[in-house]
Amino acid sequence: MLERIWRASLAPLFAAAAAIIISSVALLISGNDPLEAFREMWKSIDSTQSVVIIINTAVPLYISGVAVAIGFKMNLFNIGSNGQYLLAALVAGWAGAEVSLPPLLHVPFVFLVAILVGGSWALIAAILNVTRNVNVVVSTIMLNYIGIGLSAFLLQEVFRDEENGGLVAQTKVMPESARLPNLNAIVEFFGFDFAPGVELYGFLPFAIALGVAYYVLLNRSLFGYELRLSGMSADAAQSAGVNPKRMVLITLFLSGAVAGMIGLPFLMANPDFYKYGDAFPTLLGFTGLGLALLGRNSPVGIAAAAFVWATIERATQPLGPLGIPPEIGRILQGSFLLSAVIAYEVVRRRNDAAAAAAAAEATRAERSEPPPSATTVGATS
Amino acid sequence: MNDTGGTAAVDTRIAIQLTDIVKRFPGVVANDGVNLTVHEGTVHAIVGENGAGKSTLMKTLYGAHQPNEGTITVEGAEVRFSSPKDAIAAGIGMVFQAFLLAANLTVWENVVLGQEPGSALSLNAKQARRRIRELGEQYGLEVDPDALISDLGVGDKQRVEILKVLYRGAKILILDEPTAVLVPQEVDALFASLRDLTSSGATVIFISHKLDEVLKHADAITVIRQGKTVGELPDPSEVTSRQLAELMVGSELPVPEIGESTVTDVPVLELKNLTVAGDDEGVRNPLDDISFTVHRGEIVGIAGVEGNGQSELVEAIVGLASSTGTMLLDDVDIARLSTRERRDSGIGYIAEDRQKDGLVLPFSLWENAALGHQHRPPYGRGPWLDIRGAKAKTEEIVEEFDVRTPGIEVAAFTLSGGNQQKLVVGREMTADPKVLIAAHPTRGVDVGAQAVIWDILRDARADGLGTILVSADLEELIGLSDRLLVMLRGKVVAEVDPKTVTPAELGSYMTGAKTGTH
Repeated sequence: MLERIWRASLAPLFAAAAAIIISSVALLISGNDPLEAFREMWKSIDSTQSVVIIINTAVPLYISGVAVAIGFKMNLFNIGSNGQYLLAALVAGWAGAEVSLPPLLHVPFVFLVAILVGGSWALIAAILNVTRNVNVVVSTIMLNYIGIGLSAFLLQEVFRDEENGGLVAQTKVMPESARLPNLNAIVEFFGFDFAPGVELYGFLPFAIALGVAYYVLLNRSLFGYELRLSGMSADAAQSAGVNPKRMVLITLFLSGAVAGMIGLPFLMANPDFYKYGDAFPTLLGFTGLGLALLGRNSPVGIAAAAFVWATIERATQPLGPLGIPPEIGRILQGSFLLSAVIAYEVVRRRNDAAAAAAAAEATRAERSEPPPSATTVGATS
Repeated sequence: MNDTGGTAAVDTRIAIQLTDIVKRFPGVVANDGVNLTVHEGTVHAIVGENGAGKSTLMKTLYGAHQPNEGTITVEGAEVRFSSPKDAIAAGIGMVFQAFLLAANLTVWENVVLGQEPGSALSLNAKQARRRIRELGEQYGLEVDPDALISDLGVGDKQRVEILKVLYRGAKILILDEPTAVLVPQEVDALFASLRDLTSSGATVIFISHKLDEVLKHADAITVIRQGKTVGELPDPSEVTSRQLAELMVGSELPVPEIGESTVTDVPVLELKNLTVAGDDEGVRNPLDDISFTVHRGEIVGIAGVEGNGQSELVEAIVGLASSTGTMLLDDVDIARLSTRERRDSGIGYIAEDRQKDGLVLPFSLWENAALGHQHRPPYGRGPWLDIRGAKAKTEEIVEEFDVRTPGIEVAAFTLSGGNQQKLVVGREMTADPKVLIAAHPTRGVDVGAQAVIWDILRDARADGLGTILVSADLEELIGLSDRLLVMLRGKVVAEVDPKTVTPAELGSYMTGAKTGTH
């Protein structure tokens, strides 16, 4: 077990080192002291509330990573999660504020709306693919822009809350019954306490459940087997009786459905929001692509990647006022992603070679005996 | 029968000597103690069956990979190639089976690619053209230096490949199955050029499994079987093609035979007017109005030159190609069912290309064993994959069908072709099919695995399985089939009795030279 963890983290550790070196060089070139920069960055994340804020930031990123990972597993590149989650968040935010239900129904209702909207938006690309053979990458990318434009239009013209905040385009604030309470009590139970005004958002358990569901679906269910099968070899899948069109439809729907949940932590658990509006983050879908790559489509990996991402974002926030360009965060993220992808490939090749050598040794040992059947057949002839 | 380690041609210097080369790969020892001695100025043939380790050996010599054990000597000096660059520097050039040419560049551009004459900024095209013309005239490899590669025929492309190697100053040329893509006239022209090369001091090594051309053109022959050198023949005129074949496959040649007929009169699969329509109007149908019946305990062989509808027949039965007509499996029409429903109702399927359709190479053996049966016990239960059941079943298959593997968790790509195929055959057989569609079941597998697979087909036939056997191996077809159908241009053009037909006769039916029922 320990060895497995060590082996899995070898490549990311290498990538982290490479990223730190690359960004240090960038800092040096721009006339800054890398040591000072990293010291400042460490200062800004070295506290309980920082960790809580990082987790809050990481949750939607992680959902975004899981959403595209589902598609990646089948070699379907859903680049459209951005449009999917914006539309889903808008409609779910509006619908959640319009109805009045008890909490036990209200929360699932908001989830359901987000899942259906996100999934349906992705389904457009899926249908285009199976009926007209339109490339999924192209259609999902283009549907992003339609989705972003459509959500801006709908917010302005249809779902806008006219009563409050007439100047800002936003939906009505969702009632208490649709919100998820924060988890501060749990954090405090474990003996941590943090500054007032900071809270651990209540979406975390749902994110964990999503990861578990994703893992079980992919590795324990027949559908997951067929999904991985279709991703590895479309021909073999077809020969094994898997209907490729059905798989494209279901998988893209699922990917879109999960993407639909990217905005829910803001709608349901973030006191700064509880509504959809102009201030809503708009680029979380694209970040998910990199995180799925970094996390190698595994829920734990994606969670770790999202945490690192959020940490870098948090760490670089206070740099600006100190005269250190905060863009160093982007450089760190980018070089980390790139080095990780390279390191994964190197490790994969080495592991393959090792497995191959082991297999060769094993068969070689057996080969020293003559193959029994050849002689028996020779005798019958 | 033949002396090994022959040192007959003492009058010439040794160009290349490989000693005890061992090269291991995922799941196989491709070379297991190969020795090779090639004299300067000769055409040396390396022969062996598919998978004997010839190409691996040549890649070792070309520096494309490094041997695990053994030594390489070039012109008396021991060398160690860490990449093809080193081999080229030592004067060794390789012409691969698949051409590596840029189609949208001209001949001379391809030849000089990577070795451009002139300075960094200006390419000396004139010099390149002149050099290519010279080389061409010298060795009978004339090609217009300004022709586009995409306009050239296969023979010309091969000439360009050879020119490329010569241009880099190679004195020792390795050609991997150079005649595989050529028509007979081109083969003669090729060997004439190679002869010109050797008479001017170059050395040529070529890989082949066409024994007639080897005997006709080679000055010396090395025979490789299962990764070992089994014969070094300094004088090909002393051996016959028959002796060479025996050396290649070993003396214990398995013979396909089925013995007593087990054919019943119970039809298990009846095909009526099965047609796969062509892609466009006016194009002939790849499969045109095929009707025949497979009975319990019967093996129906399908012969034909590749591309005459056999693949479409297989795909139509399995449900991978859309077809018209009826297919009665135990009197139930399955022609409208999906692939999954057909397989569930008792169609076993050994795909023509196991690495593309029959297996998922990065999947573990147990995940591969579930392939096509994943939704049924012991592989699946309800909506879930039954991992424990699948693994137990896989252990059984590995044991019963003699799949040589270190375990069932390893990826399928680590196994040799023969072991991969035994897994596929075992998977299909343990699902108790009523009819087995076996497309080229022993293609590219070693002799041992071939014998095992034949045994399995024979035993299943005795147990009442109906089989459709598509194969390009005429001996296999004649030996295993109870009845042989010949396909030509999408139709069944002849039915012959395998007990009386000879491979030559079968061949003439396949090309349409002979028609009717035997």
